[in-house]
Amino acid sequence: MATIPPNRHRPDVSRQARWMPFELLVALRFLREGRMQSALILAGVTGGVAVIIFLTQLINQLQFTIIDRVMGSQAHVVIRPLEEVTQQVLTSTPERAVAAVVQPRTQRLRSVDQWEQVAKLAAGTPGVLAVSPVVSGPAFASRGGTSKSVALMGVQPEDYRRVVKMDSYMTLGRFDVSGTRTLIGTDLAKDLGVTVGDKLRVTSATGRSETLDIAGLFDMGNRDLNRRWVFVTLKLGQTLLDLPGGVSNIDLTVTDLFGANPVADSLRAQTNLTVESWMQTNASLLSALSNQSVSNNLIRSFVVIIVALGISSVLVVSVVQKQREIGILRAMGAGRRRIMTIFLLQGGLVGLVGSGLGSALAYALLVVFSHVFKSPDGSPMFAAELDPMLVLMASALACLVGLAAAAVPARSAARMDPVQAIRA
Amino acid sequence: MTSKDAILQLTDIRKRYNVGTPVETEVLHGITIALQQAEFVALIGPSGSGKSTLLNIIGLLERPTAGTLVIAGQPTAKLNDADLTALRGATIGFVFQFHHLLPAFTALENVMLPSIIAHGTATAEAEAIARELLTRVGLKGAEYKRPGELSGGMQQRVAIARSLSLQPRLILADEPTGNLDTVSADEVFGLLREFNRDHGSACLIVTHDPRLAERCDRAIELVDGQVVGKTL
Repeated sequence: MATIPPNRHRPDVSRQARWMPFELLVALRFLREGRMQSALILAGVTGGVAVIIFLTQLINQLQFTIIDRVMGSQAHVVIRPLEEVTQQVLTSTPERAVAAVVQPRTQRLRSVDQWEQVAKLAAGTPGVLAVSPVVSGPAFASRGGTSKSVALMGVQPEDYRRVVKMDSYMTLGRFDVSGTRTLIGTDLAKDLGVTVGDKLRVTSATGRSETLDIAGLFDMGNRDLNRRWVFVTLKLGQTLLDLPGGVSNIDLTVTDLFGANPVADSLRAQTNLTVESWMQTNASLLSALSNQSVSNNLIRSFVVIIVALGISSVLVVSVVQKQREIGILRAMGAGRRRIMTIFLLQGGLVGLVGSGLGSALAYALLVVFSHVFKSPDGSPMFAAELDPMLVLMASALACLVGLAAAAVPARSAARMDPVQAIRA
Repeated sequence: MTSKDAILQLTDIRKRYNVGTPVETEVLHGITIALQQAEFVALIGPSGSGKSTLLNIIGLLERPTAGTLVIAGQPTAKLNDADLTALRGATIGFVFQFHHLLPAFTALENVMLPSIIAHGTATAEAEAIARELLTRVGLKGAEYKRPGELSGGMQQRVAIARSLSLQPRLILADEPTGNLDTVSADEVFGLLREFNRDHGSACLIVTHDPRLAERCDRAIELVDGQVVGKTL
């Protein structure tokens, strides 16, 4: 009898064989045996999952950042008086034609009727977080010989800071006004050569004027607003703009940013006033964002298809290569269904492992990119974070794609005639 | 020659290929044979005589075109694919010419595979039996070797151990010594004979080697798809 060479040192390889179900055991061994092929499809799935997670996370975060920036100086919902329209007095009838050129009426600054009630109603509307009455109108700010056109903003600071996060924009002083104290933007301060403690004369379009004490400076990250906005108390604003006791608009913050439309619709129906949500005033931005989402979905779909084709083609080859093994397993009593399970499992396992590796790769990419891409102010455009829900969905998708891609090869493996398989 | 002790009973088995086409050929022309419990029978005949086809039919890997096949008292004609697979797993052990071990599994795992397939997972009992079988075929110490690390004779001995792991009532061997040198061939043949004696498993061996055929209980000779001689 031939002598047996001594065992090379190797861990007890049948340890996993001790508890694993037959199908899983064979699937794992087949994958391990076809090292190069398994590595290739695993790389494909890893890349695919990474691209999907990375892209989705990136786009979601960038969109969030963009919306956050846009919303930084805007109320979610604004209530204004109805625009004044000119109605024709004479209407044409079959017997009588009316020749008339109707000019639109000029819009003067008016107050929201019964604004206290409207504000109360808005505050009680579900989904509304904060309500801030504002009186705003045009004025000139002058100092010495220089005079600048500005927008006078009469606000109640404790309400307004809940609509626009002014506190975070203050570069000097606090966001608070009282008496004749005012807050102006950094750019206006530079243009007029003033700073905190200086005086500023403001004259409204109706000719009323007041000398204000500059109590603070803000920088909203938007040069135009930094030049134009001049905050005063609601009361002083009303006096200067000749709107005693009135407000020109009521600004609202809602709990759900993308639920602003229903809130606006409901308030419009109840008050008969002009009520605009940010989604209506920024329709073009939103449509750009939604186009971006559509192209993202398109890319994701293609990635899924390509990965599925990759898995499928490799497993088809593997079935052909493993003909003889399949035949032996069949001859030893393994039914068609179990052969099918073995190949389905290979697809599923590749999907599972690939989604784990892909998530890690996506995270690594996000970390790198968040360091590479910075906002003009130096802060990262997005945080390197993985949404657990997204990872879970991508992993589930990868496993499903793996199983689906393995379906065709698995069927052909199960159909294989054991006799021909063994002779092959 | 029907007997209630028959492990295998073939009656007028025919096999045609390409049925219904111009190239239809009948390779088995009505084979009637029986194997008794614990018999050790050689199936001999020239190449192309239909030996392998007959063995595949007996092994439930192919269905006959006509005739009846009864294995361990179970008529097989009306069984579906899953039932045939189950019957095959429970009753028959295969030894192929080219040993056909799974290269991704160790010798021990290869021997355990029929049991793993039958039970869904490995059992301690199956492992004990597999270790004992490997010892008996002289491969103690080679349990964790892959087929690629073993010589041809060793691989065939692993295959024999595997065919015996569920202690089948019928062992089918397709030229088990065909690619072995005479020394290894004698060893392998000796092992089959030993298990036949110790366990009472019936054995049907396809062989070209007249030396081996002489050492069987009897030989069935197949020529051109017909049984021509039965020697005792």
